[in-house]
Amino acid sequence: MTRKKRRLYTLIGAMVLLSAATALVIGAFRDNLVFFFSPTEVAEKGIEVGQRIRMGGLVEEDSVIRDADGLTVHFRLTDLSHTIMVTYRGILPSLFREGQGVIVQGQLDAPTHFIADEIMAKHDENYMPPEVAEALKKSGQWKGGNE
Amino acid sequence: MIVEIGHIALIMALIVALVQATIPMIGAARGDGRLMAVASTAAGAQWVFIVIAFLSLMNAYVTSDFSVFNVASNSHSAKPMLYKIAGVWGNHEGSLVLWVLILATFGGAIVLFGGNLPPALRARVLSVQALIAVGFLSFSLFTSNPFERVFPAPLDGNGLNPLLQDPGLAFHPPFLYLGYVGFSVAFAFAIAALIEGRVDAAWARWVRPWTLIAWSFLTIGIALGSWWAYYELGWGGWWYWDPVENASFMPWLAGTALLHSAIVCEKRDALKAWTVLLAIVAFSLSLLGTFLVRSGVLTSVHAFATDPARGVFILGFLIFVVGGSLTLFAVRAPLLKAGGLFAPVSREGGIVLNNLLFSTAAATVLLGTLYPLFIDALGAGKVSVGPPYFNTVFIPLMAPLIVLAGIAPMLAWKRADLTGVIARIKIVAAVTVLVLLWSVYRAWGNAVFGAFGIGLSAWLASSVLFDWAVRIRLFRVSALDSLQRAIRIPRAAYGMSLAHFGVALLVAGVTASSAWRTEAIQVMRQGETISVAGFEFLFHGVVRAEGPNYTADRGHFTVTRAGGLVAELWPENRFYPVQQQPTTEAAIHTTWLSDLYVVVGDPDGQGGWSTRVYYNPLVPWIWLGAMVMALGGAVSLSDRRHRVGAPNRRRRRLMAGEPAAEVAR
Repeated sequence: MTRKKRRLYTLIGAMVLLSAATALVIGAFRDNLVFFFSPTEVAEKGIEVGQRIRMGGLVEEDSVIRDADGLTVHFRLTDLSHTIMVTYRGILPSLFREGQGVIVQGQLDAPTHFIADEIMAKHDENYMPPEVAEALKKSGQWKGGNE
Repeated sequence: MIVEIGHIALIMALIVALVQATIPMIGAARGDGRLMAVASTAAGAQWVFIVIAFLSLMNAYVTSDFSVFNVASNSHSAKPMLYKIAGVWGNHEGSLVLWVLILATFGGAIVLFGGNLPPALRARVLSVQALIAVGFLSFSLFTSNPFERVFPAPLDGNGLNPLLQDPGLAFHPPFLYLGYVGFSVAFAFAIAALIEGRVDAAWARWVRPWTLIAWSFLTIGIALGSWWAYYELGWGGWWYWDPVENASFMPWLAGTALLHSAIVCEKRDALKAWTVLLAIVAFSLSLLGTFLVRSGVLTSVHAFATDPARGVFILGFLIFVVGGSLTLFAVRAPLLKAGGLFAPVSREGGIVLNNLLFSTAAATVLLGTLYPLFIDALGAGKVSVGPPYFNTVFIPLMAPLIVLAGIAPMLAWKRADLTGVIARIKIVAAVTVLVLLWSVYRAWGNAVFGAFGIGLSAWLASSVLFDWAVRIRLFRVSALDSLQRAIRIPRAAYGMSLAHFGVALLVAGVTASSAWRTEAIQVMRQGETISVAGFEFLFHGVVRAEGPNYTADRGHFTVTRAGGLVAELWPENRFYPVQQQPTTEAAIHTTWLSDLYVVVGDPDGQGGWSTRVYYNPLVPWIWLGAMVMALGGAVSLSDRRHRVGAPNRRRRRLMAGEPAAEVAR
């Protein structure tokens, strides 16, 4: 085995691996990228029903309703200019409450109704997910300080 | 007063680090022994100053000195002592002091154990270390001063984020940092070697133990973090492919590759440039991790502060270190002469393949982690790359790696007989097939893919055991003879076997807990029972309980199986009044073969509580596996051949006996 030959084999191996990895990455990216939208964008852009997305905003005050099964929750998610109805079944994160910024992941089953399979409410009382803060700024409803 | 002493000590440490970063480097270039000797003294002094600074800060925390802004924002007088101490590194400023403390400790350790390093190499290594320290000390002093006073002092502090008030997390940052910062030693050696323009077996022998230490600590650190996420976040999962998790995982992947390639470098004098590159990459990824986590570009429990100045500073430092070292590599690497030749089918070949797979995996994780940032920076919208991406990409890369780990250790160096090895491991193949068939049968109709993960695990575990049995000639010679052979096997070999066995445990745990977990979510009333995976969970209701600095709604479950008592579980929903923040405390009963995991949620207003019950098969094996891996690292380190002091004698022999080694240049 000469040095040249060995280098060639290593190179071929690396190339094969690299192309396999690239194929995997491209395939995985196509299926698994989840885009983030604000309620306004959802209302105006016409997101396809069934497409997996994330949506962030504030849980509207006095909008949380629980079904009789005790597990299904409906609430309105707002960026203070548009509102989308969200339905979620499961245990809410302990930081979930009305008036708080949350991010929901799932899909629309009608143009203004969102089925969430995951709700993210993070970390602390004053914390606002930056995506939500930006969504509020975009809709012109941001009341916090300038960052 | 003590606080000011700490502040001054930190400034002194910066000045000393500046001296240490320049004078010995000049000395090494000129061959001036006196200038080079400055390095050791400076490293010692730097360590002493940083210890003083760290202890002063800790004192402020322990005595709850709220005139210090950092203490006031992150501590509280009613906090248990453990969390007052852990609170030192539970925030951005304090964690940086811990960072530099560990960096200086590694510097001191190089002085202490590196007595037989060639003086020029030692001077350069310590200089590079000091350069990193200069970066982090100025970062701390100029953008994140932990000793800043606040006037008037508040009556009490803001407290530590309740999620972080947890014993598992108290020790997670120190271990993680020991890993991150530990790679700085390999990095410093790599830079020093590039400056000198030579890498030889002796160099690799010095680098290996440091890499091994860093790798073992990082393994423990990541495992602790994942364990914490498992029991504290209340979702029953242990890995989320969250960017901050990836930030710690990427250096681990690169470090694991480095660990293996350094062996080839030492034993066969090959893969030199590659090993140097991996050392640079592993530390660069550690820095990148620090940047991602600390700059606030990612939002997570770790992003303590979102001060843009800090982000810019770390980014600048990152560009300087990564760009500088890669440029140096590009210029100097061609000087590193390639050494021993080997056939594709050989131990070296196996390790090369291992390295290709590990670095590809690290690259895909890097891509998935940074992609949302790029897209955001380009203004093309906000995306998230979630677990499905990482699972689809990562698992197909890891599966061949596990297969490889079962064969490669049995291949001979230089040129191996693959068919011979395959013929010999019939038993391993048979065990694997049996386990595979059994798990396919057990899992039929329920995530059958999981059976292949179990098969991989069985393959690796049985191969490790088989290899050991062959080495001690088990059942071929008398038991006593076998025992003597077992004792004579070098500890480094035991270390490898243990680490690989740990991987097998980990793979089994990961597979089973992902594929066959059972989950039940429901509303329960007092006296109700639900059945999950053959266990009966009787709910006794919820009572109010008081903790030291929180109040809790404490649920009570009695778990039985076929009438016999299994466990009493007490999950809690805590509320911390200081931070006005709730946390969920899962109650977990482990049988070592599975975990029963119970969380209590909100009341439904009609006397019922939402509850979540998980049956997680083999999940404890994940952390057990990680601990066995780290233990393998420790056992390997205890090998005499790995001792940092040992290379001297061997080096002389190399100089005499092996002309290929460039020591004798």
